[in-house]
Amino acid sequence: MNHWIIFPLLLPLVAGMLNLLLVRSGVGAQRVVSLLTTFALLVFALLLLARAASGHIDVYELGNWPAPFGIVLVLDRLSALMLVLTALLALPVLAHACFGDDRRGRDFHVLFPLQLLGLNGAFLTGDLFNLFVFFEILLIASYCLAMHGQGPERTRNALRYVVLNLIGSSLFLIALAVIYGVCGSLNMADLAVKVAGSAPDQAPLLHAAALLLLTVFGLKSAILPLFLWLPGLYAAVLPSVAALFAIMTKVGVYAILRTQSLIFTADGPVAQSSALLLPLALVTLAVGSLCVLGSKRLRELLAWLVIVSVGTLLAGIGLWNAAGISASLYYLPHTTLVTAGLFLLEGLMARQRGSAADRLEPGAPMAQPDLYGTLFLVGAMASAGLPPLSGFVGKVLLLHAAAPGHAIWLWSVVLGGSLLGLVALVRCGSMLFWKTEGVPVSGTVVSWARLAPAAALILAAVVLAAMAGPVTAYTQATATQILTPQIYIEAVLGGANP
Amino acid sequence: MESLAACVIAVLVACGVYLVLRARTFTVVLGLSLLSYAVNLFLFFSGRLMTGAPPLATSPGPTADPLPQALVLTAIVIGFGMTAFVVILALRARGELGNDHVDGREDK
Repeated sequence: MNHWIIFPLLLPLVAGMLNLLLVRSGVGAQRVVSLLTTFALLVFALLLLARAASGHIDVYELGNWPAPFGIVLVLDRLSALMLVLTALLALPVLAHACFGDDRRGRDFHVLFPLQLLGLNGAFLTGDLFNLFVFFEILLIASYCLAMHGQGPERTRNALRYVVLNLIGSSLFLIALAVIYGVCGSLNMADLAVKVAGSAPDQAPLLHAAALLLLTVFGLKSAILPLFLWLPGLYAAVLPSVAALFAIMTKVGVYAILRTQSLIFTADGPVAQSSALLLPLALVTLAVGSLCVLGSKRLRELLAWLVIVSVGTLLAGIGLWNAAGISASLYYLPHTTLVTAGLFLLEGLMARQRGSAADRLEPGAPMAQPDLYGTLFLVGAMASAGLPPLSGFVGKVLLLHAAAPGHAIWLWSVVLGGSLLGLVALVRCGSMLFWKTEGVPVSGTVVSWARLAPAAALILAAVVLAAMAGPVTAYTQATATQILTPQIYIEAVLGGANP
Repeated sequence: MESLAACVIAVLVACGVYLVLRARTFTVVLGLSLLSYAVNLFLFFSGRLMTGAPPLATSPGPTADPLPQALVLTAIVIGFGMTAFVVILALRARGELGNDHVDGREDK
């Protein structure tokens, strides 16, 4: 058994507890612990990615209890990709937060590693109930991080977010109880076998459970009727927290992809929920794009872009073919990193615009317009999907993947949405950089080091475009692995892991 | 027995949903608690209702399923923690926003 798999969980857990002990010795020591941990997480994640890239699925049986009786951690290509993405996002966000955001409230360095623990756990676990537990860990850390820095606006939005997610957790548990009552198991691989072989009279209950799970994960990933909590919350929290939250919706997307591709497969007896995905995604994309156009604040605009990206991702997944899933998996790191970078950049720009902050109205000219303008241009081009950056590559792959029957809807909505996004971003850029009045606000010039994390995240679009060959090769292999659940099932249940 | 259990859960869920849909945080928190009670009971009953059966299969005959009990314990602990958090958050919203509406604004 390969013990490295548990390290992405142990490291942040230990770091979080250590930082709790270090509360009295000041934020300096905590910063060192958090930064070292996150860097180590990135190294581990890359090592695990190299391991998973061979196509071998590693299974870690906790307490050496064999599946399906014990809880297992499973490392396949998809999990490894998500782990790397989490670490790649966390490191720059943490570096940015260390320039002051972490002192705006208490215990940032305790909550941040625990948030990573919840994320990594959700990506690694092979057990549905364990997935619920890790969801709760990442949610409670996110509740506290959303309140970080405090203020009435954060409290108002956090209250909604918490209440909605508590209702979501109740639905999740109801779904789990139904599944356990019908199948007598919660191990995902075991469920895949049992659902595929379920009797016709069990199908209605399993349908209900599948739709409940889709609702819960839809709430987390903010698809159409369940996205109303997101724009307010993302607009209210600190920039570094908003940047970290860029991955929170992707956890929901991951959970949808995992459960629908493994347990409630499109060709299995419980297929309705996977057929619902494409229409839901397209409507989410369309409404999100309209709201991007109607945003009055830059932060709000970015929050709507998050919803547009969720729609795009789920549209690719909803096609249920290798090309579509591969396109979504290529688009996933692109959109997460670039949006996070734009959230960080927005925080810095808002400081330079004086009283106008991030409202899209004439404000003070920025002290470093060239630098910010270039970064904003790259980020906006990547988000809108203009060549030659990664957003363009991702969208071309997605459009290419659509079957003739779906193409008319997918092409029109994705291209129309891109156009609306482009118009909104162009208007936003000209307002921020050209329609200025007054004199620059003094004392807001930032050093290169301060800007580096945001720049690194935005320039990920360039790197992803340059490395599109190897990345798409990996995502295609991942999509093939996802669409062949037998490999996963055999790895977990076959006992092939001495 | 099963129908009685189902009715108890149904009443709890109905009351919980009604209270969650109210506009003030106190009733919403009460509703969330009722919902979590219902969910915990449901989770517990998913191992089937039976009395006097051993939890370990040492002899032939019916055995009780111990796993839902473990699941429900986890769910109770998490639900308890979350309820505590939402109570504090609601109190805080009352203090900072000056009212106990879920939107933070009084009706006009």
